Amino acid sequence: MKLSFTVDGDEFLLAGEASSQVKKVLKQLGVSSAIIRKIAIAMYEAEINMVLHANGGSIDVDITPEKIYILFQDEGPGIKDIELAMQEGYSTASDEIRELGFGAGMGLPNMKRYSDDLKISSELGKGTKVEITVYLNREGD
Amino acid sequence: MLVRDIIEKLDLSIVAGENALDNEITTVYVGDLLSWVMANAKQGSIWITIQSHVNIVAVASLLNLSCIIVAEGAHVDEEAIEKANNENIPIFSTDKDTYNLIKELIKIGIE
Ligand SMILES: Nc1ncnc2c1ncn2[C@@H]1O[C@H](COP(=O)(O)OP(=O)(O)OP(=O)(O)O)[C@@H](O)[C@H]1O
Ligand SMILES: [Mg+2]
Repeated sequence: MKLSFTVDGDEFLLAGEASSQVKKVLKQLGVSSAIIRKIAIAMYEAEINMVLHANGGSIDVDITPEKIYILFQDEGPGIKDIELAMQEGYSTASDEIRELGFGAGMGLPNMKRYSDDLKISSELGKGTKVEITVYLNREGD
Repeated sequence: MLVRDIIEKLDLSIVAGENALDNEITTVYVGDLLSWVMANAKQGSIWITIQSHVNIVAVASLLNLSCIIVAEGAHVDEEAIEKANNENIPIFSTDKDTYNLIKELIKIGIE
């Protein structure tokens, strides 16, 4: 099954909508709640990053009996040093965003922790591509 | 214990999600940094926070939390209320601070 979403960078309020839709679909497909939880966390973090750091983008989801693959693509500023960005606590979020409870620098570490496979590629000034895979028949942590 | 059981005991005001007061409470999580909450809050938790914007509803809904208590009199945004009603996430508000809320929750048997 394939699903696609457009994430509007100005619609901060709607952030999480795609994650919530995917969660509903997985529930209907009978995926275990432990695995849905992993996917929801990883996907929400990637979705919110697209809104907060890249002014939106697109999400393509591919669900097969053995795994879910989620591709996030944006045309934002890109990530200069991915290894640095992956470190817990690293964030470039503005004070304004931090006041709302974002910017702890835990989003990328959460994606890593809760996905089975995470790939990030980015080009400065061009955009960022995040790929998350979670296997549907392995038990979650 | 159900969410409805704590309302009177803690003297909470219901702000949203009145249809979901039968959610089962498992434990409590406290936090204002959303990605910490995302990583660590367990299903069925009461979430105590001073964040009050619409994204708290997305977090609570994705994690199947039982309810949100917005502490210290923080004013809950209209968008958050609307979304919580749609997603069936109870939101309560109170002037109490987190320390006192936790004391009371322990007193009524929530660990
Ligand atoms: N899609 C993206 N485009 C551009 N920069 C990004 C993107 N995703 C992440 N980043 C950069 O990587 C940093 C770390 O991301 P991470 O999600 O770990 O933390 P955060 O979003 O700043 O805070 P938190 O996720 O805890 O709210 C961000 O502050 C930002 O600089
Ligand atoms: Mg983030």
